[in-house]
Amino acid sequence: MSHFDEAGAAVQAALDAGARYADARVMVCRTESMTARDGAVEDLGSDESAGLGVRALVGSSWGFYAVPDLAEPSARAAGRRAAQIAAASAQVAGPPAELVPAAPVVASWASDCVIDPLSVPLADKGDLLVRATAAAKEAGADLAQANYAIWDTHKWFVSSEGHRIDQHIRECGGGVTAHAIGDGEVQRRSLPGQYGTRGWELIDELDLVGNAPRLAEEARALLTAPLCPAGETTLILGGSQLALQIHESVGHAIELDRILGWEAAFAGTSWLDLSRLGTLRYGSDLMNITIDPTFPGALGSFGFDDEGTPAAKRHAVRDGIWVGVLAGRDSAAVAGLDYAGSVRSDGWARLPMVRMTNVGLEPGPHTLDEIIAATDDGVFMDVNRSWSIDDRRLNFQFGCEIGFEIKNGKRGRMLRNPTYTGIGPRFWQSMDMLSSETVAWGTPNCGKGQPGQVGHTGHPAAPARFTDVRVGVRG
Amino acid sequence: MSAELQIAAKVVELVRALAGRSAEAEVTVRHHALALTRFANSAIHQNVAEASTGVRLRLHLDGRTAAGSTTLTGADGLRSLVERTIAAARVTPPDPAWAGLTRPAPLHVSANHPGSGEQSGLAFGFDEATARATPAERAERVRAFVDAAGGLETAGYCRTAYISAAFANTAGQAVTGRTAEAAMDGIARAGGADGVARLATSRLAGLDGAVLGARAAAKARAGAEPVELPPGRYEVVLEPTAVADLLHNFAVFGFNGKAYAQKQSFAELGTAQFDPSVTIVDEPLGSRGEPAAGLPFDDEGTPRRSLVLVREGVTRAVTHDRTSAAQVGAESTGHAAPGSRSWGPCPAHLRLEAAPLAAGGSDGGPPMIEASARPLVARMRRGLLVTDLWYTRVLDPKTLVVTGLTRNGVWLVEDGEVTGPVGNLRFTQSYPQALGPGRVLGIGGESVLLPDSWADSRYAAPALHLASWNITGNASG
Repeated sequence: MSHFDEAGAAVQAALDAGARYADARVMVCRTESMTARDGAVEDLGSDESAGLGVRALVGSSWGFYAVPDLAEPSARAAGRRAAQIAAASAQVAGPPAELVPAAPVVASWASDCVIDPLSVPLADKGDLLVRATAAAKEAGADLAQANYAIWDTHKWFVSSEGHRIDQHIRECGGGVTAHAIGDGEVQRRSLPGQYGTRGWELIDELDLVGNAPRLAEEARALLTAPLCPAGETTLILGGSQLALQIHESVGHAIELDRILGWEAAFAGTSWLDLSRLGTLRYGSDLMNITIDPTFPGALGSFGFDDEGTPAAKRHAVRDGIWVGVLAGRDSAAVAGLDYAGSVRSDGWARLPMVRMTNVGLEPGPHTLDEIIAATDDGVFMDVNRSWSIDDRRLNFQFGCEIGFEIKNGKRGRMLRNPTYTGIGPRFWQSMDMLSSETVAWGTPNCGKGQPGQVGHTGHPAAPARFTDVRVGVRG
Repeated sequence: MSAELQIAAKVVELVRALAGRSAEAEVTVRHHALALTRFANSAIHQNVAEASTGVRLRLHLDGRTAAGSTTLTGADGLRSLVERTIAAARVTPPDPAWAGLTRPAPLHVSANHPGSGEQSGLAFGFDEATARATPAERAERVRAFVDAAGGLETAGYCRTAYISAAFANTAGQAVTGRTAEAAMDGIARAGGADGVARLATSRLAGLDGAVLGARAAAKARAGAEPVELPPGRYEVVLEPTAVADLLHNFAVFGFNGKAYAQKQSFAELGTAQFDPSVTIVDEPLGSRGEPAAGLPFDDEGTPRRSLVLVREGVTRAVTHDRTSAAQVGAESTGHAAPGSRSWGPCPAHLRLEAAPLAAGGSDGGPPMIEASARPLVARMRRGLLVTDLWYTRVLDPKTLVVTGLTRNGVWLVEDGEVTGPVGNLRFTQSYPQALGPGRVLGIGGESVLLPDSWADSRYAAPALHLASWNITGNASG
């Protein structure tokens, strides 16, 4: 069933009410999630949502209104209301708003999916989570949790410039976590929660049941492992943690709305200055960061963004030099750039905004084993436990679930409560070895915007080595 | 009967018709109208509104539990919700932790309740004008904020929200309620320094953009050309905006009944874990003339009421839904929410009690200091005045060690005087330890209502004077 007509009615009503540009999205979303704890299902939810959001540009001011009613009269009323809200914005108007040019697109797109995750019997899904948590408990976990989440989204997009695009995006993912509770502290080990624009085959590949005993044993071992030493050392990060490092210290920093100050009050700004685009050294020569919504199966993949811009790959950092940003049509126009393509919203009721797609680190020449073998003295860390970075995306501190000391080219003792801290560009410039073992990690909980939106982003990443990093920060 | 209660009753009827009399069902219907006018670079750049009604059904059938929700409130949508939730419940594994339904119970509201009737001047804290606020009214406040900043670059938002909700279950509980909220949060920027002002209220009329804009600008102007301080332990005065972050992390990780049941919380009931000056209360129904911030019932239909979590330094309670309460042999405290079975039930309206005898503030003093914090700053020999905490994350849930950064203004204080601005600092600090016995040197005389950026939560926070705060980094690393 198509909803182009309702979206078109909203756009036309906004134009009739004085908008010089308008677009509308109808979204019909189904989500399903389940959690299990200690061998029993804890929560099962199945949600359905449908509605229309319309964006109107009146003069140099935007307005956005969203309704759950998909009848055409309601859609038209929403279009008029969006134009009225835009008119109110003119009370405190900014500079003229323009959009980078875009050819109208009429197209359909659907993500690849081998096994429709909503078609897998609930009993089978519940059995999987129950068995995974039971296996962790049997292996010594004081507390074991497992979960999966499924998002199935249909979108119909219409713009006053002639876009008519429908997309069907299916995403899913999950994980299992084992906790060990000691005297005054809690340790945990997880299969890094993995998410993608893929079907249930992703969950099958995770082998939740098979991994659960190892996680439980590692969580118990962490309770008595020595603390991560404090000081400066060589740091090797696993791919999962490096994905989060990319997300926080590169992905958010290259968001053009932050660079322009549009997120200054809440999410913050960026240390990047547009006048240095193309010349600023972000990292070492090994650092090549791409923005690639075409990356197969990653969580930030799509056919078209929520402004109708076709997905395309481009560099954000090439050979260590900053060369690109995540942009929308309006922010790109302000910055004098000629591309957009990174605007999405988390539902029909929210305004599309600049969002990471798949922001990833291109692979290097080594393997993780080679990197460890080449390290005389250092620490390996993986799987994020805590993350914090300043409002300009410079000063970060991350904690990981597990660490190992590296001595004379070999992995040594397990280390408890490993943390590391640094300043973004200094850290990336110290990257001196990079693995070829890339995995597209998914982040399903990226918060941004007001009202808050939860974004889905992908981060292809491989293990890498950094020199002279401060580790072992404690309270 | 409200429109929301009619929908809830209809869903209960459908459950009985399609699943039989033995099915246990609870239905929450929530109409939410949210509008937010956002400004940056001193101009409105995003202006949004939405109105939707969500229906959430939780069903326990033959020992198995499933939940579902929809925004499709027509007959077909509701029937589809019931049918797929029944289908889900029939094939899921058994649920041994099901704690049953809330029995019919009256709400804790009356004409004499602090959050309702004559004392607040509002009908259960509900302000019709806020619920019906226009984009122009929000823009007026933005205009005032921008103008009051006197040419500094500004950014922030003004929002209004209205919730009308109902709950019904197959045990006969049926209740309704509604709330309205307004909030404003903005920064001003000068020479690379940011200053902030924010406020939550149940009445849009209570938001004065000019007052907030002037406060943010004063902070920004006083923050230019900061110096760097070395890491170490510093005495601090945290302004209410920073204290709200402490309350947020206590709420989510400390007083969370599930975390407590799983021994992942610092909370030990009956133990003096805080300084004797510390009393923390959850107040969903409002108090002292402040209109109610939340609905008078939770997502299991349990009536809400004030709950003392810490009294004079002794941890007295944690928050429960029916599941976490059953795990520890307690009663639900009315903190069920979607997802609370997985994440745990959290308080959403925490108040840290202001000092009963302290002055409400001083009229004089540097304008960048919150008035009620000035007496605390005046007593500090050498330490830091901190406006705001940012991007705080828990390193260890049990000890509630948190790392994060300062934001929107830090100043060095020596012998009771502000001597200069300081660059933002990273800290790594156990929150319960920071408020532990002997470590709270003073509490401000006024609690300020502050909004949460993400949830419907709000916090009533006074300024805090603490003996030690562990600074672990600065702009250099």
